[in-house]
Amino acid sequence: MIGILTSHWSEFITGFGNTILCSLIALFFSLVLGIGFALLEVAPIKFLRIIAKIYIELFRNIPLLVITMVFYLVIPQFFFKVSGFVAGTIGLSLYTSAFIAENIRAGINSVGDGQMEGALSNGMTYTQAMRYVILPQAMRIVIPPLGNQFINLIKNSSVLAFVAGFDLMYQADVVALSSFQTINTYVIVGVFYLILTLPLSYYMRYLEKKLN
Amino acid sequence: MAAIIEFKNVNKYYGKLHALKNINLSIEEGQVVSIIGPSGSGKSTLIRTMNGLEKINSGQLIVTGYDIADKKTDLNKIRKNVGMVFQHFNLYENHTVLENITLAPKIVLHRDNEENHQIAMDLLKKVGLADKADYYPRQLSGGQKQRVAIARSLAMKPKAILFDEPTSALDPEMIQDVLNVMKLVADEGLTMVVVTHEMGFAREVGNRVIFFDGGEVIEDEKPDVFFDNPKSERARQFLSKVITN
Repeated sequence: MIGILTSHWSEFITGFGNTILCSLIALFFSLVLGIGFALLEVAPIKFLRIIAKIYIELFRNIPLLVITMVFYLVIPQFFFKVSGFVAGTIGLSLYTSAFIAENIRAGINSVGDGQMEGALSNGMTYTQAMRYVILPQAMRIVIPPLGNQFINLIKNSSVLAFVAGFDLMYQADVVALSSFQTINTYVIVGVFYLILTLPLSYYMRYLEKKLN
Repeated sequence: MAAIIEFKNVNKYYGKLHALKNINLSIEEGQVVSIIGPSGSGKSTLIRTMNGLEKINSGQLIVTGYDIADKKTDLNKIRKNVGMVFQHFNLYENHTVLENITLAPKIVLHRDNEENHQIAMDLLKKVGLADKADYYPRQLSGGQKQRVAIARSLAMKPKAILFDEPTSALDPEMIQDVLNVMKLVADEGLTMVVVTHEMGFAREVGNRVIFFDGGEVIEDEKPDVFFDNPKSERARQFLSKVITN
C-alpha cells in the first residue's frame, strides 16, 4: 500500500489539492448563498419567500450529479465553456447551499418571536434586528447541522471525478486503473478524505462546546 | 395637555373575532394609565397596536404625531419614541446586560460610545443592577431581567413606555422590585401605559384606569373612583374576583 502511495504520490497530491480547493470555494459560496436564501425564506415579503422556496426545493431535490452535469454539458452548449472543476464546484456550491439555507432557516425560526419583537420595539429596523439579535443566536443553534453539511460537502466533492475535475476521486480512478491495485488505492483515498473530515468534525464539536 | 396616543374609531379583527371594537381613546403626556380586565379581553392586543406590533383593520391611531395605520408611516420613528416592556422580558440573549441597554441607542440613535456607556450605567444603578452589567440574561432572575428591560427602554429616552403585563411571569417575591422601578419611572413624569393585574399599582401609582372587556373600553376613570365605585356590573364582578380581601 505504501508502494502505491509513493509511486503515484504526485497524482494523489494533485487530487488532494484540488479536493481541498474545490471544498474551500464551495464552502464559502454555499455558506453565503445559504445564509442569503435563509433570510429570503423568512422575509416579511411573500414574493421573496417564494423565490427562496423555489431555489431551495430545486437544488436539494435534484441529485448533485445531475446539477453538475447540467453545468458541465448544458451551459457550454448555449453560453460559455466551463471546465470540469468549475462545473463541479458550482454544482456543489448550489446543491449544498440549499441544505444550508434550510438549516439556517430552522435556526432563525427557533429563536423566539420575542427577540424580534423586543428589537423592533427598541427602535431597530428589521435588518438591524436580524443582524445584531436574531442571526447571531441562530448561527449558534445551527453549528451542529452546519458541521454535517460541511463534512458532506467535502465528501460530495468527489462528484468532480465524473466531470474530469482532477480531484482526489478522479485521480484514484486513474491510479486504480493503471496499477490494478484497486483496493489499496481506494483505501488510501479514504484515508485522505479522513484527513480532511475528521479534524473538521472535531473542530465543529469544539466550536459547539465553546459557544455553549 | 397634548395627546401622545390617540385612537379614533379603531377596529381590529382576528379572522371573525372582533378583538378591538371601535376604540376611541386619548392618552395624554405624563399620564400613567393602567389597563385592567379579564384574560382574553383584548388588553394585550390594545397595547400592542400602540407601537405597531399588531396591525389595526380600520380607524385612525396617532402615536407621537404619526398615523400607525398609514402604510407610509415608518414605524421605527414611533418605536424610537415609544418603548415597550414585555411579559417575557425579551432581552437579547446573545448580549450582556450592558449591551442590551446600549445596542439600540448605538445603532438606532448613533449615540456617542462614552455617553452611551454612561447613560446605561446610570440606568443600571437606578434599577439596582449596576453589578450585573457584564452578566448575560440567562444568568439573571425574572425580576432582574425585567428591570434590565425597563432600563433598556429608558435608554432610548422615549416619550412613553408601554408595559404589557410586566409582572405576570414573575415569582411573587420579585414583583415588588419591578413595581418599585416602575413607580420611580412614573414619578419622573414619563407617560406610561400598563396592562396589569397589579391592582395596588393601578390604584396607587396610576392616575387613570381603563377597564377593558370584550374588546371594548367599559370604564375610564380615576383610580379612586373606579376602585371605590365601579359603575358597570362587569367591573364590579371583576373587582370582586381579583381583590380577595
